[in-house]
Amino acid sequence: MKEKNNTSRAEKLFAKTEGENLKEVQGLGFFPVSSLGLIRSGFGKGICEAATTNKNIVALTADLRDSLKLGEFAKEFPERYFEAGICEQNMLSAAAGMTLNNKVPFVTSYAVFNPGRNWDQLRVSVCYSNCNVKIIGGHAGLGTGPDGATHQALEDMAITRVLPNLTVIVPCDEEEARQATLAAAAYKGPVYLRLSREKSLHILTKKDTFQIGKIQVLERGKDITIIACGLALQFALKASLELRKKGISAEVLNCSTIKPFDEKTVLKSLAKTRCVVSVEEHQIAGGLGSVLAETLSQKLPLPLERVGVNDSFGESGEGYELLEKYGISTANIVKAAKKVLKRAGKKASK
Amino acid sequence: MAILKEKELKEKTKEIRRSIISMLAKAGSGHSAGALGQVELYTILYKEVLKHNPKKPLDPNRDFCIVSNGHTCPVLYATLADNGYFPKKELLTLRKLGSRLQGHPHKGLLPGVEHSGGPLGQGISFAVGLAASLRRDKKTNKVYCFVGDGELEEGQCWEALLFAAKEKLSNFILIVDRNYIQIDGSTTQVLHLDPLDKKCEAFGFHTISLDGNNPQDIRKAYKSALQEKKRPTVLIARTIPGKGVSFMENKVEWHGKAPTKEEAEKALEELE
Repeated sequence: MKEKNNTSRAEKLFAKTEGENLKEVQGLGFFPVSSLGLIRSGFGKGICEAATTNKNIVALTADLRDSLKLGEFAKEFPERYFEAGICEQNMLSAAAGMTLNNKVPFVTSYAVFNPGRNWDQLRVSVCYSNCNVKIIGGHAGLGTGPDGATHQALEDMAITRVLPNLTVIVPCDEEEARQATLAAAAYKGPVYLRLSREKSLHILTKKDTFQIGKIQVLERGKDITIIACGLALQFALKASLELRKKGISAEVLNCSTIKPFDEKTVLKSLAKTRCVVSVEEHQIAGGLGSVLAETLSQKLPLPLERVGVNDSFGESGEGYELLEKYGISTANIVKAAKKVLKRAGKKASK
Repeated sequence: MAILKEKELKEKTKEIRRSIISMLAKAGSGHSAGALGQVELYTILYKEVLKHNPKKPLDPNRDFCIVSNGHTCPVLYATLADNGYFPKKELLTLRKLGSRLQGHPHKGLLPGVEHSGGPLGQGISFAVGLAASLRRDKKTNKVYCFVGDGELEEGQCWEALLFAAKEKLSNFILIVDRNYIQIDGSTTQVLHLDPLDKKCEAFGFHTISLDGNNPQDIRKAYKSALQEKKRPTVLIARTIPGKGVSFMENKVEWHGKAPTKEEAEKALEELE
């Protein structure tokens, strides 16, 4: 998306803010509270919006109504709300059964359980039968924070993107989560929506249009491509500003649909920049970095560096503390960018 | 729907059993005992109880039959073909490349197959979810679900039972094929389930124990289930695995085995 004036999206996002009531986001800076939002609140708004026009939309949860922001839906549409109890396996297969009665079920829990614990049910009850079920995995990634490694899904993209018929979406902020929920509701077929727990900057606005399977170019650049998804996208945008200071022009892509993967936009960007860094709040094995490695090795073999969790579990701590500790940080992206520029035979200035 | 005359039912069940033997023998693999044991339950359900229209398999007013114990699908396939859902000659393509009759049923591939049953425990949840959404819509369709007794070892089944009771699914009728066998031996030895009736009652189910090969018992049980207005119903149907073929009856080894050509000939003779 081209900005009308010459200020880029990243510049606007990280423009110095002064005044009181600023909240620090570790690794990103100080921001007015109003410029931050919950990704899962976008889901809560989106499902209510979709349900108003489509009476077949129903929601299920496994004892996590408020955490998944379903409180309003449950109040507005009590007859279409199902509390399944702590039974994620039954919940998902039951949702698949509801599609025989033309329902469009949204099945919610934490990503470690849904699609973690109920992956077999996702594979057979939902995907094999191509049932029109939407799987909402909350508290995905390190942003889950103090609950620790048991509750931080770092493998969910890997286990979902290998399933036939399934679409995998990772929204970067509240607005994208809202739009992705509406898009998932309108789409006929199973969709997995991955939601982080932490607050994120409002990157997108209502003027941006989310489309399943389409990558949005947020920053135009010519030296290097940085491709990111979800909570990690903020760091990619910040890194593009840091790189600019060093005279490197970075193109930043928001890859919110992991499957189907928008090869066309990526290959177009790479044809220009000839090197790429992937950034994700997930294992680098099996996630966005892997999708990219698979695509490039077959279609356009070019140097790639992957930023993400490298074959380890998380731990307790604040979400943004953990992101920094496990390497999903501006500094680490800049480091990876320099490395990949070098590998591509380009000069990293300064 | 009309009640079949005794002789007519006897002939029909023999015919279905012959189909099961023939298709399994041709396939060269599959599950014989459970399929043969449930023939009376399926025949009476499809001929006398289930509201369905083979010419309109997706009729929104139909009752649903969900087969959770998908490995026993030869009895489902034979019953569907007998009811006109697809040509009988297609039965002999079971488990072959390109066939609509997959080793475990695939929803959407074959008319009348409502669920992809295979990984045990999923179909019961699928059925319960369907029944819950129908009930919320105040629709009158019934949901029947076949489940194996060994299958009840899966924890997911008990999650489904809890949910069915909570949602007061009087439109849900669970049929347990209580044949006491599974791959590794007797269900009593592998993982003890009894007292199954008391467990189901404790879970809030209208519980009926019956002889699952006795037509009078089966009819009475279906009727009682349809009269229940408040709770889900479970029919614990004691069946003889391998029923109708002397050398298969009550033999654990026939759980997951198909007859050879010679064995099939012998079985078909007995089923004349």
